[in-house]
Amino acid sequence: MSTSLPAREGATAAGPSSPRPRRRNWRNRDRLPAILMSLPAIVGLLVFVAAPFVVAIILSFFNVHIGQVRPPQFLGATYYIRLFTDPIYSGPFLRSLLNNFTFAIVVIPVQTGLALALAVLLNSKLRGMPVFRTFFFMPVVFPMALVAVIWRLIFERSDSGLLNAGVHFITAGVAPAQDWLGSSATAMGSIILLSIWQGVGFQMIIILAALQEIPPDRYEAAQLDRANAWQRFRNVTVPGIRNTLIFVILLTTIYAFRVYDQVYILIKTASANQDAVQTVLYQATSAVFDQNNFSLASAITVVFFVIIVAITLIQRALLRQRNEG
Amino acid sequence: MKTRKTLAAVRGYAILTVLAALMFAPIYYLIIGSFKPSAEVLNGFGGFLPVDLSFNNYAKVFASLSSDSTGYFLQYVLNSLTISGVIVIVGLVINSMAGYAFARLEWMGRDKVFLIVVILVIVPFESAAIPLLFMLQGERDTLLVQIIPFLANAFSVYLFYTSFLSSNASVEEAARIDGLGAFGTFVRVVAPNSKPVFATVAILTFLSSWGQFLWPSLTTSDPAVRPLPLEMGAFSGLQPVDWGAVFAFGTMLVLPILILFLAFQRFFVQSVASSAVKE
Repeated sequence: MSTSLPAREGATAAGPSSPRPRRRNWRNRDRLPAILMSLPAIVGLLVFVAAPFVVAIILSFFNVHIGQVRPPQFLGATYYIRLFTDPIYSGPFLRSLLNNFTFAIVVIPVQTGLALALAVLLNSKLRGMPVFRTFFFMPVVFPMALVAVIWRLIFERSDSGLLNAGVHFITAGVAPAQDWLGSSATAMGSIILLSIWQGVGFQMIIILAALQEIPPDRYEAAQLDRANAWQRFRNVTVPGIRNTLIFVILLTTIYAFRVYDQVYILIKTASANQDAVQTVLYQATSAVFDQNNFSLASAITVVFFVIIVAITLIQRALLRQRNEG
Repeated sequence: MKTRKTLAAVRGYAILTVLAALMFAPIYYLIIGSFKPSAEVLNGFGGFLPVDLSFNNYAKVFASLSSDSTGYFLQYVLNSLTISGVIVIVGLVINSMAGYAFARLEWMGRDKVFLIVVILVIVPFESAAIPLLFMLQGERDTLLVQIIPFLANAFSVYLFYTSFLSSNASVEEAARIDGLGAFGTFVRVVAPNSKPVFATVAILTFLSSWGQFLWPSLTTSDPAVRPLPLEMGAFSGLQPVDWGAVFAFGTMLVLPILILFLAFQRFFVQSVASSAVKE
């Protein structure tokens, strides 16, 4: 907060020094070590996160394939226009966008709500809570590639699948076996279920840590005011963890749009209904794998990025507004 | 009053037990299945029964991955360990140094550069993957290509930054007055007193790098450098699928992390949670 002159990012210590209030002597000697210490991370981020984004924008305006003989042609916004209007591209792309939004709209509230419910349950003064916490958190350490394989068997279409066995048992054999991953009606729901199973524990422990920070006297005061359990939850718990909840919702949103591993594995190895579960990232990698089309993939990547940033900004503005109101 | 409390406790335990059983069922299914013949795995509720247990599936995983064309199971383990190990260790060093430089040192342009880091926190790696693949096409099928993009991590820098910012500054000032430089203070005073944030970042980085799937699927095809999760995906796609063997593979993929987690879980859960709550 003390820099006054515009400085070139990543400039060396030899750059012009800005007039600043004199601090203790050693502060001035920090410039070189500070730049040396932050340089590796900054260079890494610029080269591997920021630069690729610029490259994506450039690639998306050309016609680039790996190993092509002719020099790339400049196409302008052709791929962007096609993504939204040419049925060959827009069909799968818009469907993927819709799938991403469906996934996010279900997963964000359900997973956050479930995590909150589990955290509230675990925050009771009963004994043995760490044991339950262990069970709820365990799936978080599972790589998504493995989660997809386990759940593929649970969702198996024949009678021998676990979920079908469960439905058969509950309905006393009335309901027929379902092709959970193959049917367009249930495929996305199945992906959502396994994703929540894997991810809910992470949100839960973050919320739990926040719950434990709420001063107990607030609950005692509410008790004195004869607030019932729901009122205590509404008026003490939720306000007490509001910032953490906002953080968790933002985090879940970004994760929800990044969904890829389980989709790819289940489409490729478990014949999941491609139309119903493909996501924007799946489209981007298919453009590379199946069509060797880096420009199309890059255009999709840019749209994906713009959507994530837009949603994050909108969400922040909305949540902040409600915070103030 | 007392009976009401007991009743509430019983209800609480009942709900928690049912939920815990549901959460654990897929994990139990995986582990018990890894010891059973394939026909017993995909067998409705029979999949849960501990029958015909043996280590045959584990032997089959090693046997079917035992040539240069299929790759060797231990080779995949070694690849994954190398990739995750380097990412975690180098990542801890460079991201903590940067976090410290942003939190405690004064230098020109610091706040502007830090703003860029904060913006990069929300950029998912996935959006960089395709152009990065284009930039690094000459490096395909190496361990290096699976490591370098993940060393610098904006979220790690941010976690270190918030932790160092809220740490006790007076000890550092004393060290500085005693003549220790910025780097010396960081190495000798700050880092040893910040074990929780180092543990948190190590855990989060390890979990995400051990499970990496998208990037290695784009950049590798040679078994000599492919990581475990990718091979597990391929293994489960072979026809006809041997479910017992796939589950044995899966168990070996997750068991090391699961054991580490169970051994250090109190520390693990608390450090991850407390770092996040500082937001």
